[in-house]
Amino acid sequence: MTGAQLLAIEPTPFVTVQDSGRRGWMRFGVSRAGAMDFAAMAAANILVGNPPDVPVLEFAHAAGIWRLAGADCRIAVTGGTFGCRAGGRLLPPWHSATLGDGEVLQIGGATDAVWGYLALAGGIALPRQLGSLSTHLRSGIGGLGGRMLRAGDALPLAAPRRPAGPDLALAPPIRRTGPLRVVLGPQDDYFTPESIETFLGREFRLSPQFDRLGYRLTGPELHHAKGFNIVSDGVVPGCIQVPGDCQPIVLMRDCQPPGGYPKIATVITADLGRLAQSRAGTPLRFRQVSLAEAQLARRRMVEGMAELPGRVMVLLGK
Amino acid sequence: MTPADDILPAHAYGASRYPRFIPVGDVALSVEFGDAIAAEIHAQVVALERALAAAEVPGIVETAPSYRSLLVCYEPAEISFGALLDALRGLLGEAGDPLHLPARRWSVPVLYGGGVGFDLDEAARRLGLTPEALIAQHASAEYTVYFLAFAPGLPNLGGLPPALHLPRRLQPRRQIPAGSVVMAGGQAAVMSLPMPSGWHVLGQTPARPYDPARAEPFLFRPGDVIRFRPIGSDEFARLEARRVRGEAVIVPDALPPDPGADGAVT
Repeated sequence: MTGAQLLAIEPTPFVTVQDSGRRGWMRFGVSRAGAMDFAAMAAANILVGNPPDVPVLEFAHAAGIWRLAGADCRIAVTGGTFGCRAGGRLLPPWHSATLGDGEVLQIGGATDAVWGYLALAGGIALPRQLGSLSTHLRSGIGGLGGRMLRAGDALPLAAPRRPAGPDLALAPPIRRTGPLRVVLGPQDDYFTPESIETFLGREFRLSPQFDRLGYRLTGPELHHAKGFNIVSDGVVPGCIQVPGDCQPIVLMRDCQPPGGYPKIATVITADLGRLAQSRAGTPLRFRQVSLAEAQLARRRMVEGMAELPGRVMVLLGK
Repeated sequence: MTPADDILPAHAYGASRYPRFIPVGDVALSVEFGDAIAAEIHAQVVALERALAAAEVPGIVETAPSYRSLLVCYEPAEISFGALLDALRGLLGEAGDPLHLPARRWSVPVLYGGGVGFDLDEAARRLGLTPEALIAQHASAEYTVYFLAFAPGLPNLGGLPPALHLPRRLQPRRQIPAGSVVMAGGQAAVMSLPMPSGWHVLGQTPARPYDPARAEPFLFRPGDVIRFRPIGSDEFARLEARRVRGEAVIVPDALPPDPGADGAVT
């Protein structure tokens, strides 16, 4: 503890502390939670010299106004081209920058993303709950009191640093386009063959109804072959469940087993961050892949994240 | 049969071929033992989860039981789907009689009715029972913790007597307190956090299924057996005082080791 804090002056709603999530407690009814876009969280941490999974602040669309108190600290904002200012300076996203003691940070909107990440050198000094600082709002676990940050909150910083070296930058990731890749099931047998064809062949749109729990899609109706009530069973982020209104919902990081609706397919882990960053109204298609192809894509994703430190660019002359 | 031949989507299985091994995306698989809520199906889920934890199979990240299936989360970089299937099949082959696994047993004290069991009288009326008869039925049954879900540590219990099956309330309540002893449909539960609910609140226990400040935050585990014991307001107050002092309100009568209790299965 250093006494240094990040003060929430005018935060937006949905700002939470997240890391790579909570593992091992699902059997006790505890969601994993964790960053909606792992790669962006890792990039923010690497830019400030942290290990990739140090807890960060996650925000939706914009983060509002914050103030650093008690120390200077290197920071970085990633996820999208969020418009950031400190004092009179414009801080480019996917770059590190140094905030001075008492300086005000304003994080505005982006047009190319939903979720943004603010990493602070040295991390956040809050106690882990069940092995993680990730906030799960419905359970009231993690982060600051298990809730979203609000005006007046003071987030204690663990070891704020102002490195002597130049600032660092990463090229924004080139996000894959094209259909989201899915593995069929686990309840594809609850749908008519025509519905599977519709699901894999037609276009859906992201509705404005989304949060950390799930993304609702609109599009052609997906009809159940034997009703929409199943014996509730396990779910993971990426599971696409179809309730009685025949419109799919993709479960996201805060989902909790069990789920009570048939799941037609599951978005592969390599495409979850891209889906998370898609904005309302985005047209989406799905493509079936084999389990082997899905796991190869995951391996490439993990390798890509491991290569991030080697892609950091040093900004000379700053 | 090579491992690749084993990977079948759900629609490729016949309706009655259990257990089924269904991929749930690229990092999980569901082992299904049936398609119903039934003690003998659930017992197989618990038996496999225990066997898997004891076997310490590398690459298993965590497991989550539900009524009729076990969700197995794994890291494909550490164990292939085929190797995982082989391990699961091996464990199923070795499993003894899942209906006779040793279980931890709990006696859960409940203050029924009054100011804490605000739905007792109406539920009894709708069931055509006196409140006393409802309590007697509820407290005479033996319940199995099917799984913990919907909130941290919230036990979903099987074993509610058929005479107490009652659809949920038409108007859900905005919030019911932690410790509420509830039922709806054919299910029973004990609330672990204050939350909105349409279930019928029969009473309250001073025990807390979830307490993050406790050394073991979660009271119950999948497969535990519970009985409810009616208590009066004096005993309720005494037990409440113990809880407030940070002392254990109840302990199970037997404690077989649970390899997953520290949260890490591997």
